[in-house]
Amino acid sequence: MSINRRDFIKTQAIAAAAATAGISVPAIAAKKDEAPAPAENGAAVRWDKAPCRFCGTGCSVLVGVQNGRVVATQGDPDAAVNRGLNCIKGYFLSKIMYGEDRLTRPMLRMKDGKYSKDGEFAPISWNQAFDIMAEKWKAALKAEGPGSIAMFGSGQWTIFEGYAASKLMKAGFRSNNLDPNARHCMASAVTGFMRTFGMDEPMGCYDDIEQSDAFVLWGSNMAEMHPILWTRITDRRLTKTDVQVHVLSTFEHRSFELADNGMVFVPNTDLAILNYICNHIIQSGKVNQEFVKKNVNFKIGETDIGFGLRPAHALEKDAKFNGYPGADGKPKNNPGDARPSSFEEFKKFVSEYTLEKVSKLSGVPAERLKKLAELYADPNKKVVSFWTMGFNQHTRGTWVNNMIYNVHLLVGKISTPGSGPFSLTGQPSACGTAREVGTFAHRLPADMLVTNPEHRKHAEEIWQLPEGTIPDKIGLHAVAQSRALKDSKLKCYWTSTTNNMQAGPNVNQEIYPGWRNPAAFVVVSDVYPTVSALAADLILPAAMWTEKEGAFGNAERRTQVWRQQVKAPGEAKSDLWQFMEFSKRFKVEEVWPAELIAKKPELKGKTLFDVLYANKVVNKFPKSDVQKVNEHAIKGYTNDEAEVYGFYVQKGLFEEYAQFGRGHGHDLAPFDVYHKARGLRWPVVDGKETLWRYREGYDPYVKAGEGVKFYGHKDGKAVIFALPYQDPPEKPDAEFDMWLCTGRVLEHWHTGSMTRRVPELHKAVPEAQIFMHPDDAKKRGLQRGMVVKVLSRRGEMIGRIETKGRNKPPVGLIFVPFFDESKLVNKLTLDATCPISKQTDFKKCAVKVVRA
Amino acid sequence: MAATASTSSRSLWQRQRWLILRRCSQALILLAFLSGPWFGVWIAKGNLSSSLTLGVLPLTDPLLVLQTLATGHLPYSSALIGAAIVLAFYLLIGGRVFCSWVCPVNVVTDAAAWTRRRLGIKTGRVPDANTRLWLLAGLLLAAALTGSLAWEWLNPVSLLHRGLIFGMGGGLMVIAGIFIYDVFVASRGWCGHLCPMGAFYGLLGRKALLRVAAPARKACDDCMDCFTVCPEPQVIRPALKAVGQTHPLILAADCTTCGRCIDVCDKQVFKMTHRFDQRSE
Amino acid sequence: MGSLRLPDTVMDTPRPLRQPAAVPPPVSAARRRFINSIAAAAGGGCLLALGAGLYSRSASALPAQALRPPGALPEADFLAACVRCGLCVRDCPYDTLKLSDLGDPVPTGTPYFRARQIPCEMCEDIPCVKACPTGALDRQLTDINQARMGLAALVDHESCLNFLGLRCDVCYRVCPVIDKAITLEPQHNPRSDRHAMLLPTVHSDACTGCGKCEKSCVLPEAAIKVFPRQLAQGALPAHYRKGWEEKARHGGSLIGEQVEMPVRGFDGSTAGRAPTELPTAPSAPVAPEAAPAMPPKATLPVRPAPRGGLDSHWKP
Repeated sequence: MSINRRDFIKTQAIAAAAATAGISVPAIAAKKDEAPAPAENGAAVRWDKAPCRFCGTGCSVLVGVQNGRVVATQGDPDAAVNRGLNCIKGYFLSKIMYGEDRLTRPMLRMKDGKYSKDGEFAPISWNQAFDIMAEKWKAALKAEGPGSIAMFGSGQWTIFEGYAASKLMKAGFRSNNLDPNARHCMASAVTGFMRTFGMDEPMGCYDDIEQSDAFVLWGSNMAEMHPILWTRITDRRLTKTDVQVHVLSTFEHRSFELADNGMVFVPNTDLAILNYICNHIIQSGKVNQEFVKKNVNFKIGETDIGFGLRPAHALEKDAKFNGYPGADGKPKNNPGDARPSSFEEFKKFVSEYTLEKVSKLSGVPAERLKKLAELYADPNKKVVSFWTMGFNQHTRGTWVNNMIYNVHLLVGKISTPGSGPFSLTGQPSACGTAREVGTFAHRLPADMLVTNPEHRKHAEEIWQLPEGTIPDKIGLHAVAQSRALKDSKLKCYWTSTTNNMQAGPNVNQEIYPGWRNPAAFVVVSDVYPTVSALAADLILPAAMWTEKEGAFGNAERRTQVWRQQVKAPGEAKSDLWQFMEFSKRFKVEEVWPAELIAKKPELKGKTLFDVLYANKVVNKFPKSDVQKVNEHAIKGYTNDEAEVYGFYVQKGLFEEYAQFGRGHGHDLAPFDVYHKARGLRWPVVDGKETLWRYREGYDPYVKAGEGVKFYGHKDGKAVIFALPYQDPPEKPDAEFDMWLCTGRVLEHWHTGSMTRRVPELHKAVPEAQIFMHPDDAKKRGLQRGMVVKVLSRRGEMIGRIETKGRNKPPVGLIFVPFFDESKLVNKLTLDATCPISKQTDFKKCAVKVVRA
Repeated sequence: MAATASTSSRSLWQRQRWLILRRCSQALILLAFLSGPWFGVWIAKGNLSSSLTLGVLPLTDPLLVLQTLATGHLPYSSALIGAAIVLAFYLLIGGRVFCSWVCPVNVVTDAAAWTRRRLGIKTGRVPDANTRLWLLAGLLLAAALTGSLAWEWLNPVSLLHRGLIFGMGGGLMVIAGIFIYDVFVASRGWCGHLCPMGAFYGLLGRKALLRVAAPARKACDDCMDCFTVCPEPQVIRPALKAVGQTHPLILAADCTTCGRCIDVCDKQVFKMTHRFDQRSE
Repeated sequence: MGSLRLPDTVMDTPRPLRQPAAVPPPVSAARRRFINSIAAAAGGGCLLALGAGLYSRSASALPAQALRPPGALPEADFLAACVRCGLCVRDCPYDTLKLSDLGDPVPTGTPYFRARQIPCEMCEDIPCVKACPTGALDRQLTDINQARMGLAALVDHESCLNFLGLRCDVCYRVCPVIDKAITLEPQHNPRSDRHAMLLPTVHSDACTGCGKCEKSCVLPEAAIKVFPRQLAQGALPAHYRKGWEEKARHGGSLIGEQVEMPVRGFDGSTAGRAPTELPTAPSAPVAPEAAPAMPPKATLPVRPAPRGGLDSHWKP
C-alpha cells in the first residue's frame, strides 16, 4: 500500500500528462522567482482601480504598474464591497498573468505545413489563423447555414467582449448558437428570476447583510466560494445579538462552522424542504396576506419535464413536457409551462409536505427543519437567503429557484433592506456580461428574448439591421453544443475565456468526442494551454484582465470598469480585437441571404465589421476620447483597440448597449462615469444607484403609493409556483453506490488555469482530493491518503482519499473539486440539465469508489 | 610495490580473485539496499545498523543493540532477533569477515593503504592496536553515561554506509579524514588500530570457522608480499613461520579473512579453509 | 584478552631475511612504549566517552525546526533507542522523513523532517512507526491523531494575512485535524467595520505537529510554524486555577449555592444580572421627571453571541 502511495505521488506528472486520452497537459509552469516585486530603482508604481478577476463578489483592487508590468495589487480600502480586503486568490492577482507558459502565438494543428485535425500544434501568424478560420466558417455557413457554427464564452468576458460577440453571432452570422459557461453556473437563477419576477437578477444587494437578522445558505459554501462576503456575514453574526445562520447542503463544508442550524440533506430533497417551509408558514398562519394578495399570482408548473438528457434517453422518451421533438416532429410542449392557480390550491399542494414526511425524506432532524421554517415564518426576523451552485446546478434548478421565492413571497420578506432572496454568482461578470448583455442562446440584451418578435425588432433597430436579421429560434445551449459537435451538426466552434473540456459535464462521452470529431473545427482563445486549448484545433492567444480595458458586473448589479494597465505578452490579443478582426473577413453577401440585404441595400458589399462595429454608433467616439475620458487617472492613456481601430471601441459598444436598458429598468450610467466611479449598481437613474429594486423609495421604477411592484411582469405581480419534489435522474444503486458532488476550493478558481500558476496557491492545494466519510472508507478497505479509482457509468478518475479534510460528506456521498486538470472529475459527471434552464447538474450522479 | 609489480605467470583472476569477490560482496550488499530507491525493487530496507530484507529478515548490528542496552533502553524484539542473527552468523563464519567483506570503509582504507604504498610513505605514528578495544569499552561506557548512542554521532562505518544509501554531505569529511589519516599518519591506522566495530567483530570471531591457512608454507620464498598487503600483518607470522603453533591456520582474531594474501602469493602458499583443516603440505 | 597483553607481536620478533619494516627498539623503550600506548588508548577511550557525553547533552535540544517522526520517544530516550537505520524513512510514503547527515544540527543519522519542506501526511496506518525495529518510534501510537510531533504556533501576527483581515486561512483548511487543532476565531474588524477577521488559533490538545499548516502558508516566510513541543508550549502553574473550568468540572460552583438579593430598579428572576437586561424604566421610582437614564440602544452591548464556539455539533 505504501508503495502504491509513493508511486502515485511520483507519477503525478505522468498522470497529469495523460489527463484525457491524447491530450498532454503541461506541468504547472509558474516560475519560482517570478514574484513581480517592484523594482527598487527608477519608475514609481502607478496605481489604478480594477475589480478582482475571480468570483462574482466583485472586490475592488488597486493595481500597481511599474515598467509596463503589474508588480503589486492592494485591496481598495474605500471600496464598498471589500474595504481593502481580499481573499487569498485576490491577494495573488498580480501573479496570474505571469505564468511561464502564457500563450503568445496562435497555434494550429498542422501536418506537412497544412491544417490537419490530427496534426501537431505549430505556431502561425494571426493572419493565417483568421484565414483558416474564415475558410472553415464560410464553408460551414455555405453548406449548412448558421446552425452549423457556434460560440461558447463566459461570464469572464468583459461586458464589451460579450456584447461584441453577441452582435457577431446573432446579427453577423445570424446564429443564436452563442452560450456562456454561465449556463453551467447560474442559468437556473436566470430562469428562476424570469419565471417568478419577469426580470433577471437579485432585487437586493450586499448591504442587506448588515441589516439582516438571519442568513440561510442553500447549496452555497460562501465560506470558501465568496470569502469576503462571508466575513461580512460572520461579522454580522458576531456583532449583533441573536443573528442566526442556517446552512443547508448535501455535505458538511466550511460554512457549517458558523451555522447555528446546520442541515445535511439527501440530494434533491431541498425541493421537499422548501415546500415544507411554505406548508409551515401557511399552517402557522404566518402568511403575509396583504402582501400576497397585492403582489403575488399563483401558478402550478408542469412536472413531466424530463432531465435535459439526450432525446433518445429512456427518461426523455415518455416525458410529455420536455420540449423535445415528439413523434410528430413538433416540440413536446414547454418544460416551463404553468397554469394559473390560487392560494387555496397552493395551500393544498404543499400540505402533504409535513414535517415528519420531509424530515424522513431529507434525513434532516425534524427540530432543525422546524427551526428553519420558523425563522422564515417569524414576521420579526429579517432573512436573506443566499444560494449558488447547490440550487442552480440542479435538474430542477429553475424550480428550486422559484421555490425559494415562494417562501420569501409568502411572508413578504423581499425587496426590503435586510430581507430577500439573493442568488450569488461564481463568475466575475456572470451578471454583467452573461445575463445583462444576454450572451445566452435564448437572450438579447436587457432580459430580452430571441423568441420574442418585438424584442428582436427592438434589437434590430438599435443595431440598425434589416428586420429579420436575428433568428427567432433559440440556439444551442452549452450542453447541446457539445452534443451537436459529437453528432457532427456543428462544424465550427469558437470558445474563449472558459475551459469546457475540464468544466463541462460528461467529458468522456460528449465533449471530448465532440471536439475531436473530424467534422468539427474547434478554436480556443485562452491565456494558458488549458485542457480545452490542447484539445482544440486552433489556439488563439488572448489578453487577460488588465491587459485590456474592461468591465464586469458583479452579483449585486454593480458595474465596474477598468483601464488597460499593461500590454499583453507576445502576440496575445483581447477577445474584443479577435471578434472585430474576424468580422472583417466576411462580407454580408457571404453570410446573409439576398432578401435580407435587399431590405437594407446600403449594406451591400460591406463587411460584418462595417455593419456591426463601424455603424456610426459603435465608432462614434474618436480616439481622442480615450485620453479625454481617462486623463484624470493615467496621463496620455490609450488602449490597444483604440490604437488599432482609431475610435474608442469600448465606449461605442457600451453606449450602444446601454440603449437597450435605459428606461427599461436596466439603466446604466454614462460610460465616462464608470471610469470615475468605483462601481455603480443599476438601474442608475438620475445619477443615483439602486440598492433595492421593486420597492417604493428605493427603486425609481416604483411610483409613489405603489409600495411594492414587481414590474418585470405586466401586472406588476410575482408568481408563486406550486412544484413538487421529484427524484433526480440518477441515484446511487447497488453497483454505483455513492453520490458524487463536485465543486470548488477557496484556493483555486474554477478550473485553476490561473490560480494553479501561482506557486503559493499551487503549494497550498496541489491536487484535488476525494472527500469521503471515514466509515465509507473503512467499508471499502480504504485509508486516508490512499489512491482510489472513482467510476461512474461515463468514466473514471484516480485520486487520493481524504477523510479528515475541510469537507465532511455524509455516508454515501463523495465530494471532488474540479480545479485539478490532472484529475478530471467531469469525466464522471452526468450531462443531465434542468430542462428549463438547461443548466447541468454537477452536484449529483452515481459513482463507485474502489482501490486503484 | 611488490604485489602490484608482480611478474608472475598467474592470470589476473588468480592474482585478484579474493579482492574481486570481496568487492562484489560489498557492492552487492550496497546494491541490495539501493535497488529499492533506484529501481523500485526492494531487497533490503534500512542500512547496516538495522535492516529488513525481503520484508521478513531483520538484521541488526549487535554492537548497536549492545549500546542501546547500555543506555537502558530495551529495543523491540525485531531488533533483538536481528542482532542475534547477525551475532550467530559472525560467531560462526568469522567476526572480521564483516570488515573485509561487508564494511564500506574497508574500500576506503584499502585505497589508502594502496596509495601509501604507491607514494612510498613510511613515516607516521601508529597508535597502539589496543586503542580500538579501549574505544570499544569507551563507547559502551559513553552510551551508559550519556544515555544515548553517542558513538553513532561520528561512527564512520555507519556514517558511510548510511550516506551511500540515504545521501551524504558532511559525513564525507569524516571519511576523507580517515583516508588522509591512513595515508599520511598511520598505516592501516583506522581499521587496524582504532575502529571499535572492528574490535568488536574481532572479539566475536575468535572461534569462527572460516579461516585462511598457509598449507604450502614450505614454498614461501620470503618475498614479503603477503605482509605488505595484509591489513593485520601480525596475524600471518604464526601460521606461515610456525611461530608458537605448528598448524598452518591463521587463528588470530584480528585476521579479517580478506584472502588478499592468497591473491598476492605467487607460490600459492595460502588458501581459504576452515579452522579444523590443520593439514599442511 | 591475549591481544591486550601482547601488543604488537610483529614488532618484537626477528624479521625474515629481507629488509625489516622497522628496527626493533630496545626492551626498555618497548616497555615504555607499551605503557604509553596503554595510557594513550585508555585516555582516548575516556576522552571519547566524555566528548560524546558533552555532545549528546548539547544535541538533546533539537533545532527549532526539526521535527521527529510520529511516536518518537522524548528526545533523550529517542537518542538512546534510535539506531539510525532509516527504516522509518524508507517506509514513509511521502518522502517526508530524512536522516540527518554529519554537520546537520540534528544528531547524525537520526530521522527528522522539516514541515516547510515536506510535512507529515498523517497516514492512518503510521508505517514509519511500524517499521522502527527498536521502539525509538513507540508502537503504542496506533491513532495518528494522538501523535505529538510538535506544535504549531502562529508566530507572526503582523504578517498573517487573516490578522490583516484578509481571507487566507489556508493553514486552517489544510489542517488534517481541522476545527480541533486549528480553529478560526471570529473577531470584529474595526478597520473595515463590516468584515470579521477570522483568526487562526492553534489548540495544543489536538495539534499533532504534522506541519501541513507551515508547509502551505502562502507567505515567503511562514507566519505559522511548527516547533518541537518544548519550544512552542508554555506551562501553567498549580497555584492559580481557571475558575470557569473548575466550575464546569465540578458541575456547579465549588462553594455551592449562595444567597442572591434582588436589585432595586430591576424586576424578574435575573434581577439585572443578565447582560442585556434593562431597568424596568417606566416604573423606575427614582427621579420620575428625568428622561430614561440611557437610550436603550446605547445600553445594548455589542458582544459575541453567547454559545460555545462555532461548531454546529451537527453530524449527519
